[in-house]
This record gives sequence, structure tokens and C-alpha cells, in this order.
Amino acid sequence: MTRPAGDVLLEVSDLKVHFPIKSGVVFDRTVGHVYAVDGVDLSIRRGETYGLVGESGCGKSTLGRAILRLSEPTAGSVVFDGTDVAKLKGEELRKARRRMQMIFQDPLSSLDPRQSVESILLEGMHAHGLDKDKEATQRRLRQLLSAVGLPETSLRKYPHEFSGGQRQRIGIARALAVEPDLIVADEPVSALDVSVQAQVVNLLEDLQDQLGLTYVVIAHDLAVVRHISDRIGVMYLGALVEETDADSLYREPLHPYTRALLSAIPVPDPQVEDTREQILLAGDLPSPANPPSGCRFHTRCPWKQASLCDTDRPQLREIGGGHRVACHYAEDIRDGRIQPHEVKAELVELTGALNPDLGPPDVGTSAEIL
Amino acid sequence: MALLEVRDLKVDFVRRGERPFTAVDGVSFDVEPGQTVGLVGESGCGKSVTSLAIMRLLARRGNKVSGSVRFEGTDLLKLSDKDMRDRRGRDLGMVFQDPLSSLNPVIPIGLQITEVLERHRGMSRKAATVEATDLLDKVGIPDPSRRLSEYPHQLSGGMRQRALIAIALACRPRLLIADEPTTALDVTIQAQILALLRELVQDTGTALIMITHDLGVVAGLCDEVNVLYGGKIVERAQRHQLFAEPRHPYTHGLLASIPRLDAGRGEKLVPIRGSVSDNIPWDHGCAFAPRCPNALPVCREVQPQLAPDQGGLLRCHNPVRPAVAAGGGAR
Repeated sequence: MTRPAGDVLLEVSDLKVHFPIKSGVVFDRTVGHVYAVDGVDLSIRRGETYGLVGESGCGKSTLGRAILRLSEPTAGSVVFDGTDVAKLKGEELRKARRRMQMIFQDPLSSLDPRQSVESILLEGMHAHGLDKDKEATQRRLRQLLSAVGLPETSLRKYPHEFSGGQRQRIGIARALAVEPDLIVADEPVSALDVSVQAQVVNLLEDLQDQLGLTYVVIAHDLAVVRHISDRIGVMYLGALVEETDADSLYREPLHPYTRALLSAIPVPDPQVEDTREQILLAGDLPSPANPPSGCRFHTRCPWKQASLCDTDRPQLREIGGGHRVACHYAEDIRDGRIQPHEVKAELVELTGALNPDLGPPDVGTSAEIL
Repeated sequence: MALLEVRDLKVDFVRRGERPFTAVDGVSFDVEPGQTVGLVGESGCGKSVTSLAIMRLLARRGNKVSGSVRFEGTDLLKLSDKDMRDRRGRDLGMVFQDPLSSLNPVIPIGLQITEVLERHRGMSRKAATVEATDLLDKVGIPDPSRRLSEYPHQLSGGMRQRALIAIALACRPRLLIADEPTTALDVTIQAQILALLRELVQDTGTALIMITHDLGVVAGLCDEVNVLYGGKIVERAQRHQLFAEPRHPYTHGLLASIPRLDAGRGEKLVPIRGSVSDNIPWDHGCAFAPRCPNALPVCREVQPQLAPDQGGLLRCHNPVRPAVAAGGGAR
């Protein structure tokens, strides 16, 4: 990393989270692994918003959970403000969690239906001994509610009495209650109606300005992520394929997957929709239990070349201005030296996940690319 | 005569001991052959209930449907159950949001397609199988003859939705209703499915009713767009008109609250205040009034009527002025 060390709040290096696939009745044999997160490096600066985007199954949620150690990392380190969270145990881990909180996608299922809002907010404070002074605690509760834009009368109410947007506000207040430095928000607005989404996005932005929070925002909606984030990492099958600041990601996407993803997002403007060029990806996401060899995107990549792509896994490398791409041919694609070609859709075996003996999917011959 | 004429469609959900809830409140629209009409709105606006009422798929009990749905002159709401069954799948096809729950999990994909062909087109099993292979190929499923014998759980989400579209298209219906067909899918898969629908409409001349909450999807697909709020159409316009000059404060608010991929960063989103639970009943004025930035005292007293406006229809006492709507005068 070229950035000054003091500036970095969170540093993830070579993080891997593999889930075993078990089979058998008496003996729980491990017959394979789902490579949910497979070697991710990233660093997040204090006070910035880092967006993680990708489609379902790309490992973005698992990565978010592994950062907070809600999922156990298989390998790698997560250094949060100088301590490796991946190695903490027991009481130390519990104490470290005060500074890292999470906002979940579905506010109804992540709030206990039998706890009042007051009790939900107090629980975290109590666990970390922040509720010693009764009067100060009451003041804090009122302050939290007003910060997220809920009336004081909400304290005695239960989650079911609120609308979706209000519930998400409770989830945010709960995360804020213990004064964290880092908040991981996993799809914070995708369960909400469009008109309410904007309220929550604005709230998250305001809170960051007031409290100097650092966010990791995980979402599949690139438009939302681009709006809220300073830097964005695009994930595909367990690894980052591109990372850059929000503006250049839209202006100059370099990885073929990012290009396809951007062109697939519908823009609410008929003039743009009628004129812009779409890159339609063929086929489906391969199974993370049985990822393709070489570059994981090569089975669907319209820019796939005859050499390297299906044999060597590209590393995330910087190609100037903090723009990192994991593609062997990023410069050639940028300068237009290679052109996209037609890709034939392949069958994706869903059952293949349970069959480790199955080889990598047939990738086609290089002749059909040339 | 239009292909489909929906007139004053009203659906009340009735529960004993409770006040009836009007999910769809006097909706009227036409669909011409080959036309793509969008029904847009947020959850609870009545868009899905409208489509289910047109297809007569609402439960027999617990609701009251009134108005008329004329398909080529015949009122579908007055048909006998048997006649309606003959029409469904033959003249009218439907694609649902969640392909896994709308496909039968214990019957192979192939059989679910041939069933329609045998029932409506009187084909033999053999001919139907050939046709089904053809259909799967047309909707872009690789290796179709092998897929015929597979079960829905063996297909990915995008492939399932393709199979569902193949079933809906099996009898070349003149009208296809797609209810949030891409909401459960990833964006790159969504783009594939939308491209497929666009192509089918062009090639076969099928009329399409597209039901969605996503204004981006509408912008690329629909000819005419109806915006629903609280069970009523609040604005109707041609696609370009609607996005360039939204007239209803709700439409305008929706467009202002979506982060756009091609917009400059740092611009604050303008949310619509409150939520659907703040609505007032339509007979007390405008349901949107409590959330509306343009609301006048009259909005809480007199119910606005759907009236012609700039070539479309508008239900509002105090619409957004074009210059403001265009955000700096694009027009």
C-alpha cells in the first residue's frame, strides 16, 4: 500500500472464507468447498465510504461479515486500527466489536419482534457498559432517535408498529448506539420502496458528516453504491476484479465485467436507454464451489483472449491513479487494441456444487475466439 | 378497437368484520396490438392486483371485482370458468416475478411446456416435444433438448425465468402480462431477459403489459406508461414525455429520488417524505396529499379527476410545472 499507514482504518489482506460442503449420513465427510471469498486485499481509510458491488453469490456479504468476524475467515488478516480482528478471541473480540457495527438488509428480521425499541437500543450499550449513568443514557436514547429522525414516542413501541423505512432507521440507531467507528451496511436500502430509499441514503450520508463514520456499503445496486461511496470495489466469484473511485468507475470502467455490469443497469431516461450500447453477458454466474480456472470471468468475457485468460488467475494490479484491475488485458481493452466478440452461453451446473469430481466447465476452444 | 380495454376496474378485498380494502380503484386503460404498456408504482399501489384481475387469477373468495376487461370485444370478467381457461395460456400469457414458485417443482420443464401445447393447440406429445425444444432455444436456453427433462431446481434463476417465458409464449398469445419479471434476478441477467422480451415483442407483434416498480426498466421498454398510486392511475404519458416532463408530483418525486448512474456525484437525492401509510382515502381528496410538496388545501377536500394533459392523462390539482420538472429547462 502506498498510502500512509495512519490513514488506514481497516486493512484486509488475502482474506479467504471457504465453506465446507458436507455429505454423508454417519460420517460428515467434507466433499468440497464453496469458495465464497477467495483472496481479497483492500484497505479502507478513516472517514471514507467503501462500496462493494457484485451480483448474488459473488461473496460480497460474506466478505462484509468476515470483516466483522461474523463469519470465520479461513485465511488472511483483517487489521482494524492496528489489531488483527481475525486472530482475536473471547473478551477481546467482544470488546473490539463495539467499534464495528452492522446494518442489515431486512430490518424486520434483524430486529427482535418482542423487544421494544428502547430495549433494542439499550442492549448493545449495556453489553459494553455504556449505560452506567441513568440520566445520560436517557439523554443518549433521545439523541439517537433524533439523529435518525424518529419521534421520542418510538421508545415504547415494537418493530412491527413501524414502516419499512422507519425500521431501517431503528437498525441504524441500534448500530450507532455504541459509538462505532466502522459500520458495515449490507444492502441497507434494497428492501425499501424507491421513494423511501432516498430518505435512508440521505440519512446515512448526514450521519457520516456529523459523526465521521467509516462505511462499508454492500449492495447489488451500482447506482445506489456509486451515489453513496467514495471508492468502489467490484466483486466477481469471491474476488475483487476492479477497484477505483466512484467517478472513474463510471467514466472509465476497465474490467470487462464492470463494463457489462454498468451497461446492464437500466437508466430512468428513455433517451439514454435508446442510444446507449449494451454489453449482454452470456450465461450465468458459475458455481463458487467449482470456479473456472484462470480468470474467473473468462467463461463469460466478451474480451477473452487465447492466452493467459483460462490458465493464469490475474492479480489485482494498479494501473495508475489508484485504479486497480484484475485483468491481463486491461490496458489493451482501455486503448481499444482488442475488441469484444460473441460469447456462447454455457450450461451452468447447479448440481455441480455437490460433485467435486466434476472438472472445470468446458471453456470452448481458442479457435472460436479468434 | 383496442386489443384489451380495461374499464373502471375495481377490486375490493373483503374480510368479515373489517372495512373492505380497495386495492384497485377504477383503473381504465387500453392496450393496442404490438404495444408495450407499463404499469408502474411502489408496493401496495395495486399494479399486481390489476394484472391478476385481468387474468381472473384472484382467489374466488374474499374479493369483489367490478368493471370490465374487454379482450377483442369479449368481457373476460363475464366468461365462464371453462371459457376463461381456454383463453388463459392461449390468448393471454403471463410471466410472474418468482419463477421458482410459479413453476411446478415436481414436473420436468419439458412437460410443463408440452402440457400447454397439448391442451390449447391439440398437438400430439411428439410434436409438442419438438415445439418445446424450439421454444427453449428461442428464449436462449442452451442445449434445450437436454433441459426438457430437467426439473426447475436444476436451472438457475435466469434460466427458470426463460423457461417461464417459453411457457407463456407457447401458444403465441396476443397479449403477454409480465409482473415484475426481472425483480428477482441479478442486473446482468435482467438485461438478458429484458432484451429477450423486447425482441419477442418486435418479432411476434405480441402486446405486452409490463408491471414493475423500476422506472429504469420502463424507460427502455414501454411505449406508454401508467403511474399508479393508491390503486388509481395518477399519470399516463408516452415514455419520452413522462421522463422529460413528469407532471404529477409523485412521478416527479420518484424520478428525483432515484440515484442515477449517469448523474453527477454529490448531488443530494430528493426523497418523497413520509410513506404509503400516510395516505388519506381517495374520497377525502388526493391520497398522495400528505406526502406531496405541491399540496394545496383543496387537495385534502376534493378528489382530483383523471383529465387530459399534454397528450396524456393526469390526476392532480396542482401539477409540477414543466420548467421545474425538466430540472433547468431541458425543453
